[in-house]
Amino acid sequence: MQLTGADIVVKSLEQEGVKYVFGYPGGAALHIYDAFHRQDKVEHILVRHEQGATHAADGLARATGEPGVVLVTSGPGVTNAITGIATAYMDSIPMVVLSGQVMKPLIGYDAFQEIDAVGISRPCVKHNFLIQNVEDIAPTIKKAFHVATTGRPGPVLVDIPKDITADIAEFIYPEDITMRAYPPVASPQPSEIVAAVEAILNAKRPIVYTGGGVVLAEAQEQLRQFVRALGYPCTNTLMGLGAYPHDDPLFLGMLGMHGTYEANMAMHDADLIIAIGARFDDRITGTLDGFAPDAKVLHVDIDPSVIDKNIKTDISIIGDARDVLTMLNRELSRRADDINQQLTEAWWQQINQWRGLNSLWYEHSDTVIKPQLVVQKLFEVTGGEAYVTSDVGQHQMYAAQFYGFSDTHKWINSGGLGTMGFGLPAAMGVKFAHRDADVACVTGEGSIQMCIQELATCQQYDLPIKVINLNNRYLGMVRQWQEFNYDKRYSNSYMDSLPDFVKLAEAYGHVGMMIEKPADVEGALREAFAMKDRLVFMDFITDQTENVYPMIEAGKGHHEMRLRPGGPQPEGV
Amino acid sequence: MRHIISVLLENESGALSRVAGLFSARGYNIDTLTVAPTNDPTLSRLTISTVGDDRKIDQIEKQLGKLVDVAALQDITINRHLEREVVLVKLLANQQSKPKLDRLVAAFNGKLIDINDTQFILELSGSSEKVDELLKALVDFEIIEVARSGVTGMTSTERALTVEQP
Repeated sequence: MQLTGADIVVKSLEQEGVKYVFGYPGGAALHIYDAFHRQDKVEHILVRHEQGATHAADGLARATGEPGVVLVTSGPGVTNAITGIATAYMDSIPMVVLSGQVMKPLIGYDAFQEIDAVGISRPCVKHNFLIQNVEDIAPTIKKAFHVATTGRPGPVLVDIPKDITADIAEFIYPEDITMRAYPPVASPQPSEIVAAVEAILNAKRPIVYTGGGVVLAEAQEQLRQFVRALGYPCTNTLMGLGAYPHDDPLFLGMLGMHGTYEANMAMHDADLIIAIGARFDDRITGTLDGFAPDAKVLHVDIDPSVIDKNIKTDISIIGDARDVLTMLNRELSRRADDINQQLTEAWWQQINQWRGLNSLWYEHSDTVIKPQLVVQKLFEVTGGEAYVTSDVGQHQMYAAQFYGFSDTHKWINSGGLGTMGFGLPAAMGVKFAHRDADVACVTGEGSIQMCIQELATCQQYDLPIKVINLNNRYLGMVRQWQEFNYDKRYSNSYMDSLPDFVKLAEAYGHVGMMIEKPADVEGALREAFAMKDRLVFMDFITDQTENVYPMIEAGKGHHEMRLRPGGPQPEGV
Repeated sequence: MRHIISVLLENESGALSRVAGLFSARGYNIDTLTVAPTNDPTLSRLTISTVGDDRKIDQIEKQLGKLVDVAALQDITINRHLEREVVLVKLLANQQSKPKLDRLVAAFNGKLIDINDTQFILELSGSSEKVDELLKALVDFEIIEVARSGVTGMTSTERALTVEQP
């Protein structure tokens, strides 16, 4: 079948099973947009800014495990997309970004809307391509999806000069492609599994610490089997929440800078850290001086480069988290008689003592809305079943701490890059993937304004998202750091001249609500979630000076957490 | 410690910038970098000399290995290996000191490859250390310019750098 390059682009996406492409047209991409117009297999979703397109595709990918797909034009289309590409890169999210490029003869001549897309995206993509010939379009798109979705996933950009999309070629979508230089995923060695299980069975103070890798590998069932067979404590990173059920007694909550006291103390005092699909990021470890001084580290990851990067490992296994956990579980069942739960009895006593401090405690109020309360009520009203996206800041931490997740793919936030503006467009992507599910975007008045234009996209495509705006009239996390570290000099962290969010929501054709009293929180949420077919923007006027606790401050370790003043404190402090 | 890392790279546009970009983005030093196609025209061979402790070199190798265009790599300095660098030195012509220069060039096993009334160009191939020594020895001459190739090399053991065929 002879087709134009533009039709080949769209047909290739169809062959990849792509249902939605998030994008924004412009000159260099117009042939491709024309090709979209000629078919109805792949739906193009028109966003209002290319950052929104990338976050929406990212949200869809996180909610489904499928790659998100983006189409932008050259020049500013690409530069606007970069933040979203980098967001996906930092969290290892599979994504394919197609970008229009100026015609080949114009490349390098500073043509109108020309930017070196391959160059500007290089540091924040897993790989990228500049297509040179129309015959290369189909195989390159095939390669892009292959690279984006295999191994440690990530975004891949494909830059397509405009003249090539007008050229004609035979369309053959390759069944397979070979990429001799692309490293295959290592298979775990049986000897590594045996050694790992030996160390696991001998631990007296073990902790299982898992991250986004378990989510990406769809290994939650294998993780649960592993943890329950051993009866060991388990903690999840911000990116890994949902992999282990929040209400299981073996779960210690999230660890890290705003993790629970028991999770961080258990990391510090452990004699064996079993790290799976997590990368000992600085927000997890605190200062590396004195990190887990007595612990052996067993590190499982698909990416060899994270082994020994931040923390020296004693035993490492390179492989897909699901494969490794399956093998570990098999070896554990072979050695079931050697599992001795008495070995960890004293450890659990210690952990339960730490747990008794109830480090997420906060003071309730009858007069001012506490942001934590809103998240707790959101959990109750949605039965813990909602997909929750967030932006970045205090509200993100409250959502992570107080919305209990029991499944992977439901907690969707920008953990690595920390991108404000992520939440609303990500929620759009989730909603396209799960039309009947409740989708809540927990945000703040700072973050929401970074991609608020997407409220128009929500109107165009009838996306009944519930926006939970925790509005404290401050850039809360910035304000908190200024309170702690800058002697309360609140430089530029106060938001003056906020819009009337209710009127703003209404102007975009949605429902707006303002909630000012704690007593109204639950009723308002119930009312909003009952409106199944409407986007409801809920502006919660929250306590201005509430801080996120507990906290590992900069330069401190797991055992030096700052707990909420006025609440229970560890003995001897 | 100084390490020489040899890399087989897909001979594609932009591939070299991925390697160079990786080094700058992650704060690794590149002391020298050479690149040229191999006998297989689809592959280029890069030689990077860098300095770092074991942990840093381990990270460099792992990060290089992740690049989709990197087909194979090897730290040749952990094995028996040969390394060579070519240097061209242009000197101001001086007939009085020419005999001294000839002796020096002969001692280093170099060559004067271009001689005219105003300038001499000498060539030397050897280890980077030897090139350094030559440049030190030329201190009494008026050097106009120096062009060093950067180091290239290979192991002298049976462990060759090749692409594993799937």
